[in-house]
Amino acid sequence: MLYLKLAWRNIWRNKRRTLITMASIVMAVLLSSVMSAMQQGQYDQMIDNTVGSFTGHLQVQKPGYFDESTLDNSLEVKQSLSDQLQAHPEIESVIPRIDSYALAAGEDRSKAAMVIGIDPDKEKTLSAPDQKIIEGTYFNSDSENGVLVSEGLAEFLDVTVRDTLVLLGQGFRGMSAAGAYPITGIMKFGLPEMNDAMVYLPLQTARSFYAAEDRVTSMVVLLKNPKQVSKVVSELRSDLGDEYAVLGWQTIMPELVQAIEADRGSGMILLLILYMIVGFGIFGTILMMTAERKFELGVMIAIGTARMKMAIMLILEMLFITFLGTGFGMLFSLPIMYYFHFNPLEFSGETAMAIEEYGMEPFIRFSTDPSILIQQGLIVLIIALVITLYPLLHMRKLKPVEAMRH
Amino acid sequence: MSIIQVRDIKKVYNKDQVPVHALNGVDLDINEGEFTAIVGPSGSGKTTLLNIIGGLDEPTEGKVKIHGTDMFSLKERELIDFRLHHIGFVFQAYNLIPVLTAKENIAFILQMQGRPQKECNQRSMELLKMVGLEDKVDKRPAELSGGQQQRVAVARALASKPDFVLADEPTANLDSASTANLLDMMLRLNEEESITFIFSTHDQRVVERARRVVTLVDGKVDSDEQRTSNIEQGTSN
Repeated sequence: MLYLKLAWRNIWRNKRRTLITMASIVMAVLLSSVMSAMQQGQYDQMIDNTVGSFTGHLQVQKPGYFDESTLDNSLEVKQSLSDQLQAHPEIESVIPRIDSYALAAGEDRSKAAMVIGIDPDKEKTLSAPDQKIIEGTYFNSDSENGVLVSEGLAEFLDVTVRDTLVLLGQGFRGMSAAGAYPITGIMKFGLPEMNDAMVYLPLQTARSFYAAEDRVTSMVVLLKNPKQVSKVVSELRSDLGDEYAVLGWQTIMPELVQAIEADRGSGMILLLILYMIVGFGIFGTILMMTAERKFELGVMIAIGTARMKMAIMLILEMLFITFLGTGFGMLFSLPIMYYFHFNPLEFSGETAMAIEEYGMEPFIRFSTDPSILIQQGLIVLIIALVITLYPLLHMRKLKPVEAMRH
Repeated sequence: MSIIQVRDIKKVYNKDQVPVHALNGVDLDINEGEFTAIVGPSGSGKTTLLNIIGGLDEPTEGKVKIHGTDMFSLKERELIDFRLHHIGFVFQAYNLIPVLTAKENIAFILQMQGRPQKECNQRSMELLKMVGLEDKVDKRPAELSGGQQQRVAVARALASKPDFVLADEPTANLDSASTANLLDMMLRLNEEESITFIFSTHDQRVVERARRVVTLVDGKVDSDEQRTSNIEQGTSN
């Protein structure tokens, strides 16, 4: 209690110095938190735009399908599997898909395309193909005899709505897959590689085409809280056993994880520079504090104060300043993070168009994840504590006679 | 009875470069209840001797025993603890903790000794009364005059009921009135409470009132005078 009182009063002995140090800590926490919130917001958007709109947060497949994506590794949909998935409290929806490659042909030209069988209603909640129709209409039923073709592929094959698309490929267990389907709609995808090679069939129609009744290649799962992916994956793995492979989006899309990690790395360099500036600021203050009070510290040792107790006092002083600075920094960061969450930074003009072309949203919505604040606060706190080692080392060597001669 | 025994103390600074011999073999015994002034010209080794007696500095050679304990055989932590329990210090100036009040400065020593809060408060108040500052309990050092600060310093030095009080030039920064006041108080404590004081000074007003005057010249005891009263001078050794 005595040392708490001493430390608290000591920090207010030189108000201006304490306030300047606190301000530098506030700025550090504020800048690093806001910067991290912007970064994390971008990553959340990237994940949401890709994972949440096509891949799903996780997928249940037959073991081996991920490494060798053929229909022979497709999965028979059992009612028990659907029930188990639907019953999980974290799962929002389960969307079945069957996909493989086939040759798509118009009247004169043909091209390899990805042919995906979708549940017309459920798929609306994921890739929202109904929103991508630029010509024609969406499927009306699960077994409709029709096909949706991506814009780029339609242009290449020189086909349009009401034309017939011929599909030729290989079905389940080597069966030949062949069919001719009227084109009911043309879809436009943001990503060029999707726009140039996608064909959607209603699920039942696709199963008939692939001769794979009651089968899917994956059960795509959307979660209520995307941050729970790892937890749900491990729960489902233990619930479903070895019969099924449960893969999180990080496994399915390693390139997205790499892109985020690479970006996070460059952001970290900026943060490190910021931490160094703040670190030197705090170090300067500690240096002044220690030098200014050399005589006083010498007297304290002389009259019988144990060095350890004086060290505790100095650590407490720094902790007070750092806690106050960190607290205010977090407090000031929150409204900024929330403001830019609800009023995201918008891109305009060609940049916005280019981003939209890739199926992304042309704005940066800041994350409001409280762990960002806690993480940044902790980092600054650790920096301050590490710097406090200096006066402690200084204290160990302090000789009262020399200090009092100061 | 001798409470401090100083034997053949030598202190050499800058041993490896240009050696400075601050003390050249000092022998001294201080008895309980003495009021001793260490005097001498600048550079004679007064402060060095006090620092060594107080365990703040180590001698190059020689021994200091307090109540039979060889101070420099103690480990650093033990020495700090020894000072806390056995020695009171009064320094030249500005030696109070600036953020604590007069009472808290005195209580600080007691709290470091782990005494209960109630006892700390009681003893601090008693000591403040003893030094005539009972009306300055909640004043911080900056709100006190130099003389008042030194009185608080004396009260703090007495807080732990030490074996003796070491005071290095306690009146150096005080005016005549404050010096007289502080000396009166120290003499009263010496007479009434039998507190042993050892102080360095080159203030003639202080020297005149000392009961024993040890004069150092060139790091050696040049003379050691015992006086029977404040005015009457004793024999020269």
